[in-house]
Amino acid sequence: MSTTAVIIGAGPAGMAAAEMLVHAGLHPTVLDEGGQPGGQIFRKPQAQLQRPLEKLYGFDAARARRVNATFASLRSKIDYRPGIQVWAVGNEILHLIDDSGSSVQAWTHLIVAPGAMDRIAPVRGWTAVGLYSLGGAQIALKAEAAVIGRRVIFAGSGPLLYLVAYQYAEAGVDVAAVLETGHPFAQIARLPALLSGGRLFARGLYYMAALRKRGIPILTGVRLQEVIRDSDDRVTALSFRHRGMEQVESCDAVALGHGLRSETQLADLLDIEFSFDAVQRQWLPKTDQDGRSTASNIYLAGDGLSIRGSEIAEASGRLAASALLHDIGLPAPSKVERDRRTMRSAARFREALERTFAYPHEEVAALPDDVVVCRCEGLSAGAIRQTVERCGEADINRVKAFCRVGMGRCQGRLCGAAAAEIVAAASGTTIESVGRMRGQAPIKPIPLAELVRSRP
Amino acid sequence: MLGKDPSKSRRLTVAHDEIIGITVDGCSYEARLGETVLTALRMANGHVHSFEFYPEKRAGFCLMSACQDCWLWHEDGRRLRACTTRAEDGMTLVTLLPEHC
Repeated sequence: MSTTAVIIGAGPAGMAAAEMLVHAGLHPTVLDEGGQPGGQIFRKPQAQLQRPLEKLYGFDAARARRVNATFASLRSKIDYRPGIQVWAVGNEILHLIDDSGSSVQAWTHLIVAPGAMDRIAPVRGWTAVGLYSLGGAQIALKAEAAVIGRRVIFAGSGPLLYLVAYQYAEAGVDVAAVLETGHPFAQIARLPALLSGGRLFARGLYYMAALRKRGIPILTGVRLQEVIRDSDDRVTALSFRHRGMEQVESCDAVALGHGLRSETQLADLLDIEFSFDAVQRQWLPKTDQDGRSTASNIYLAGDGLSIRGSEIAEASGRLAASALLHDIGLPAPSKVERDRRTMRSAARFREALERTFAYPHEEVAALPDDVVVCRCEGLSAGAIRQTVERCGEADINRVKAFCRVGMGRCQGRLCGAAAAEIVAAASGTTIESVGRMRGQAPIKPIPLAELVRSRP
Repeated sequence: MLGKDPSKSRRLTVAHDEIIGITVDGCSYEARLGETVLTALRMANGHVHSFEFYPEKRAGFCLMSACQDCWLWHEDGRRLRACTTRAEDGMTLVTLLPEHC
């Protein structure tokens, strides 16, 4: 049987996998939802909106250059399909849609590297105009050269909070404050594990120092209260509690994010087994150390498998490709052991990071009844709790069926983490036992007219 | 020419600043060639659509085609997702369901 290798995703993991398959003599198809390779981390502006690489990627400019060079060298050796959405999976077939209509892609071997998105802890008023996800705020700056506001508050938790705040300050934006909901400096016991991150840890400290030098307040242990808006629903301020004091900071935009969350819908449709990750508090695809899933000929890599950052994503992309090559009887390239070591040694740092900038699950579980959790359906925390009480359900999919939480257009990508915490608390059970929201095709909305207009 | 100083404009200086025109809900706005419809709307009228279940304006959230909170319509009724569609000169868009207009 001949091998038809298909890679979903063209971020650091997908491209590293493609490179390895090409070196082994394969001609993989790479399906990219984005318009250009690089994923979210190396997302590029359109030619007209180009700015210097150093301004776009900072410390990662050299890596961005290398990723661009790698892609250029691979371009003629892979079937690269930008701007295409995998919306369903069939028996050894992927259903695709792009500007020219719908089509199918056959595969015998699949590497799934769909990446991640922001993990959100809802706050009262978070649907206001001018409040964007932290990742979205970075895309606005990086890919669109058009920032989210003139005076911006960065709120939430995690390394990305400081990086994007720093990038905004560097771009000349008035950064009103960085409001961290965690207590990153209060946990000395984690310091050795954090130090094991080396260069990455040092960068985080650099961003914080640079923000402080500009006089930008960085407050920790903050409890976000409300996004205040005007009559046009535009953000005007953010209220929060810090050290027992209620404060209101004016702004015209807020960037909100509490770390990242793996994109797992495709893995779910592919019938891969999942296991619960107690640190990330998310159900994640189950794989061996190289990314082999529980389904034959399906491999996972990058942040779509587990949140570990872009450098580890590259190593995991290579490992997934090596596993694929091994399984079709081709020699595994020599870098395998080195990449396995990289993954193992990074695990300690990633876990310490995840614990230091933990999802504020207790606050989310205790969100006031009137706070909107599911922005697609306009469902509040109270509506979810009522469903749990009225129906006696503690399974997230049953709760979804009764009140539509997670049934909207985003399929629970935004509300899923918070909804699970609320259901667990309301039913007195654990986050693990409420289960995970099941994905449904189409995994993203697609116009019916496009489906009808199938390509010959 | 669009503003360059972030304290005044939210658009940053880029390599080629080519201005195009789009129409949203009957009003004309300037947009920059290469930017998405979402960016053009963020810079122009501020919102992208009105929420279906209660009165509230929305302007997208994730900018990476995950949240699905930035769908609107071409004048002829075709839907588009603002964060993944490039603004084109002469585009005519509506932020309210055509039957609600």
